[in-house]
Amino acid sequence: MNTEPTPLLPREHYLSGQYGVKSWLLTTDHKRIALLYLVSVTLFFFLGGIYAALIRLELLTPYGRFVSDENYNKLFTMHGLVMIFFFLIPSIPAVLGNFFLPLMIGARDLAFPKINLASWYIYVLGGIFTVTAAVTGGVDTGWTFYTPYSSTYSNSAVITMAMGVFITGFSSIFTGLNFIVTTHKMRAPGLTWFRLPLFVWALYGTSLIMVLGTPVLAITLALVGLERIFHVGIFNPAMGGDPLLFQHLFWFYSHPAVYIMILPSMGVVSEVIACFSRKKIFGYKFVAFSSLAIAVLGFLVWGHHMFVSGQSVYAGMVFSILSFAVAIPSAIKVFNWTATLHKGAVIYQTPMLYSLGFIGLFTIGGLTGLFLATLGVDVHVHDTYFVIAHFHYIMVGGAVMGYMSGLHYWWPKITGRLYPESWGRLAALIIFIGFNLTFFPQFVLGYLGMPRRYHTYPPEFQVLNVMSSAGASILGVGYLLPLIYLIWSLRYGPVAGPNPWRATGLEWQTSSPPPTDNFLETPMVADEPYNYEDMDSA
Amino acid sequence: MWRTLPLFPEQASTVAGAVDKLYFFLIAVSAFFACLIFALIACFIVKYRRRPGHERAIPTETHIGLEIAWTGIPLLLTVVMFIWGAKLFFNDYNPPTNAMEIFVVGKQWMWKFQHPEGRAEINELHVPRGQPVKLTMISEDVIHDLFVPAFRVKKDVLPGRYTTVWFEATKTGSYHLFCSQYCGTQHSKMGGWVDVMEPADYARWIDGPGVNEPLAVAGARLFQKFGCAACHLPEGKGQGPSLVGVFGRPVKLTSGATIEANEDYIRETITHPGVRIVAGYPPIMPTFKGLVGEEGMQQLIAYIKSLGKEDGAKNPDEH
Repeated sequence: MNTEPTPLLPREHYLSGQYGVKSWLLTTDHKRIALLYLVSVTLFFFLGGIYAALIRLELLTPYGRFVSDENYNKLFTMHGLVMIFFFLIPSIPAVLGNFFLPLMIGARDLAFPKINLASWYIYVLGGIFTVTAAVTGGVDTGWTFYTPYSSTYSNSAVITMAMGVFITGFSSIFTGLNFIVTTHKMRAPGLTWFRLPLFVWALYGTSLIMVLGTPVLAITLALVGLERIFHVGIFNPAMGGDPLLFQHLFWFYSHPAVYIMILPSMGVVSEVIACFSRKKIFGYKFVAFSSLAIAVLGFLVWGHHMFVSGQSVYAGMVFSILSFAVAIPSAIKVFNWTATLHKGAVIYQTPMLYSLGFIGLFTIGGLTGLFLATLGVDVHVHDTYFVIAHFHYIMVGGAVMGYMSGLHYWWPKITGRLYPESWGRLAALIIFIGFNLTFFPQFVLGYLGMPRRYHTYPPEFQVLNVMSSAGASILGVGYLLPLIYLIWSLRYGPVAGPNPWRATGLEWQTSSPPPTDNFLETPMVADEPYNYEDMDSA
Repeated sequence: MWRTLPLFPEQASTVAGAVDKLYFFLIAVSAFFACLIFALIACFIVKYRRRPGHERAIPTETHIGLEIAWTGIPLLLTVVMFIWGAKLFFNDYNPPTNAMEIFVVGKQWMWKFQHPEGRAEINELHVPRGQPVKLTMISEDVIHDLFVPAFRVKKDVLPGRYTTVWFEATKTGSYHLFCSQYCGTQHSKMGGWVDVMEPADYARWIDGPGVNEPLAVAGARLFQKFGCAACHLPEGKGQGPSLVGVFGRPVKLTSGATIEANEDYIRETITHPGVRIVAGYPPIMPTFKGLVGEEGMQQLIAYIKSLGKEDGAKNPDEH
């Protein structure tokens, strides 16, 4: 779609000039830190993927013949911990947000570049604890660390792992803090709040959750440590504690954490849908404020994880109605994205395919969330594969699809080169098919009553499990393809030029890759975002 | 095909049909919205694909009416879902008063069921058809969860506190019983069967061979063994309050508060007697924590309950 003559890479950019390990490890350039994060989260994604592959391999048969009970429990625990804390939570904010927030608001860097670098080191330190926990025997508590199992009964590396999560939390807090201050203080002249790209709004909502929620997780894990190491009775009733207190504290963070994972993806989708339908986002303010509504309401729904836990029946009802309420802003977003396509000039580029996939899968994930908010039905499907299917539709079908969409959309800006388009489309299609084959059967399994975290299961559930495992192998291929062709494109991809998609947004007004200081002169903004109609008629 | 690829669980309790009905309503609403969204997306991306003759988007403006519609309609539908679901949930929480009671102890990794008549079983629960059954459950270690998919019921089983769940089976047969709260190494093996029998068969079964004495009788013996009877004399003449007819009734505490003397309160006064003391009595009861196990606790509770039933009418403590 490039009309200009073959572009050349800019002579100087953030990757040139300084080379060597030191120039990376001591950099304060948000773009280089984003790449450090990109490499780290990719490693953890594939580590978590290996755990998932082993789980699906084991579940091919009902009898649990491939690994022992103990090892199976460690597999799903490590899969959850690695994917959630070391991939999903940092993925879009710390990679794409880090790289593009300053570029999208016309700033030279984030407000606190050194804190930004520190956040990566903290993340790596947390990662080292996690890998240590994994190689010194693993953890078998489930990613949820439910007490008193985790604090008293488990004989695995709970403390090492909890330290890993505890430490990594600070990297999240640092990133959130940096984004909030940057968005408030460093917007280019003329860039008012309602001229901000929706990705920035989404990151802002995400950052609020990171800063307000993560400390609660840290406190909770510290209390588990206190009980486990020093036998202070906090959660174990045998020592005078209350096991449900843990669940309240844990989900107070961990439910909003779901929105840390999904909100940034929603931001990406808003950018991509506008660009590839060449139209303004329909209902900009509704989409923007729904991000904040999700961030706020997300803090008030934690009790829906506890409908069958023995909490009071009235608490259950309050949490049920609030959980329905949080579905509304998500529905508003889906409807507005769909309306944006209407009368657009739709282009089927890879990022668009991923974003359309996001809308479809997120819609299913969101609608099945209603089943879980409905008290009478949740009692039956709670802690079954229905829940597993639901949150994978949100976290993989939603969050990961959004991440892939954003990664492809901004890849030419990050690297200066285009990825191979047909491979990109093929991978998007394979991921979509593999994903649905993996997780749709799990809704059926869940309603049939197969509990989650089961190493062995009754034989009548086997056919659905085999379908799921078959899907997972397709999904695995789908994720390996981008790893290969994106690396290939670093050297052999066609040079992209500053704005290969002819997108609006300040990040596209500078060269690809951008110079170290992002902009040669500070950009001015005099217009609303996504003015594709004017751009295309110019 | 149906045996190797089941799509739907059996309905074997009075609530199963109601849960499924709501489930189908949710599927219908979800399918409608999912199809609507998918159809619109498919239609728009084909009809408005960029191509020669349609190079540019046609500007549209945000339509406030549409925004209100797609906020308001889902909101109304979720209110329906909430009310419908909450009704079922409320029903789940309140067992019928004529429910037969069975004690359940969960421990890593087995279920122990204790029938009041004395018969106990492990990982298998026999119940009569057509009779509400209330399970009073507790864990000896970590959190477990008792789940019977065919009945559509599930409840966490906590250490240190009783939770209850109830069902009325409608069909004889054997149904899966699962632990659905992750509880450690052999979590997936902590399950068994619920055997629903015709009432007559159940009556024969409960009198079957190897039966222990009724729970209340065992409890009476414990009551003597631990010396409870020395203070808790009937008619309030002892150093402790009379326990006759106390079960299920409100009790006034020294703090001024009133509490229902239910399973949890009795359990607490045995393990932590100083926490909530009955008004008018000195805090002199020693703790029996560590002396009375979960089974002993069940027996004592059954005994105290039975005191209520026999002498409830002429309870001297009742005002």
